[in-house]
Amino acid sequence: MSNPTMVMYEEEFQEVNDLIERLLKEANAKMIFLVDKNGQLISGVGETERFDTTSLASLTAGNIAATGGLAKLIGEKEFSILFHEGEKDNLHISIVGGRVILVVLFDASSSLGLVRLRVKKASEELSSIFEKLMKKSEEREKYGSSNFPFAEITDEDIDNLFK
Amino acid sequence: MSFINYASREINCKIVYYGPGLCGKTTNLQFIYQNTAPDARGKMISLATETERTLFFDFLPLSLGEVRGFKTRFHLYTVPGQIFYDASRKLILKGVDGVVFVADSQEERIDANIESYENLRINLKEQGYDLDKLPFIIQYNKRDLPGAMSVVELHRELNITDVPEFEACAATGEGVFETLKAVAKLILLDLKKGK
Repeated sequence: MSNPTMVMYEEEFQEVNDLIERLLKEANAKMIFLVDKNGQLISGVGETERFDTTSLASLTAGNIAATGGLAKLIGEKEFSILFHEGEKDNLHISIVGGRVILVVLFDASSSLGLVRLRVKKASEELSSIFEKLMKKSEEREKYGSSNFPFAEITDEDIDNLFK
Repeated sequence: MSFINYASREINCKIVYYGPGLCGKTTNLQFIYQNTAPDARGKMISLATETERTLFFDFLPLSLGEVRGFKTRFHLYTVPGQIFYDASRKLILKGVDGVVFVADSQEERIDANIESYENLRINLKEQGYDLDKLPFIIQYNKRDLPGAMSVVELHRELNITDVPEFEACAATGEGVFETLKAVAKLILLDLKKGK
């Protein structure tokens, strides 16, 4: 493994968004977001404008990485679900398909039981979307049709970024 | 591991600042934060102890503008430099796209620099990376201090693979943006090469 790049295409992005939109309603949650294990925000729905989602994504990934480290120390593969209970709002964090983190923010108008149940169902569907996505990007890379935006990048383009 | 989102037309990359304790990794990020336009940066997060030593990491998201219609975002992280936080350091390196090694130029810190450099190589290897294949920059920090070694000596001790190197004084900001720019450039060129 050198540096595999994670790619998201429009079609899958829409599918993912539809799915977490539905989960938001079914779980009666306030906000849901998806983060990759390296802390990059993939998508978010609900009251996202109220929160600093970039920071939330980075800290969530740090949290999952730290608890993953703990898990390994006691001989577990990972802790696939984390739950943080606050006075008003709670966070349900789970790992989907081994590589993506699903975060559900909810308050007293929902319950941990309901969130867990709905997340479980949605996770299976999300897993298959991400699996499909991985295959698609592998294939595109193999056949060189990835339409990669940086293939033609010049030194000048890069210098312009720092002006 | 960069993340390319064709739907929102964004590219996200991760840069890690590595180095021995108190070499100035957090100071680098603080200077960048203070000297970047508010609309180009997010909040800087520092998970630090009460005495302001980095406990887990510092995080600073930057958006640099567009390249070929894609928004480029860089996520800057520091590791905790103190030796006993090694487990945390390994975690931060996951998914890294480029590394800046911040060396402390003071003569009495040369052993700490070398130890940290070797630790970086080992920890990357554990994650499946080869330092020699990653975009990698060395910054000689604290050039203003009276006990600073010469760049020639530092180069001989630390820059074994002859990567781009920069002199800096992170407290005043000298060399900070030059370092960032250099590593960002290497990452983007690496992305181009990879396809």
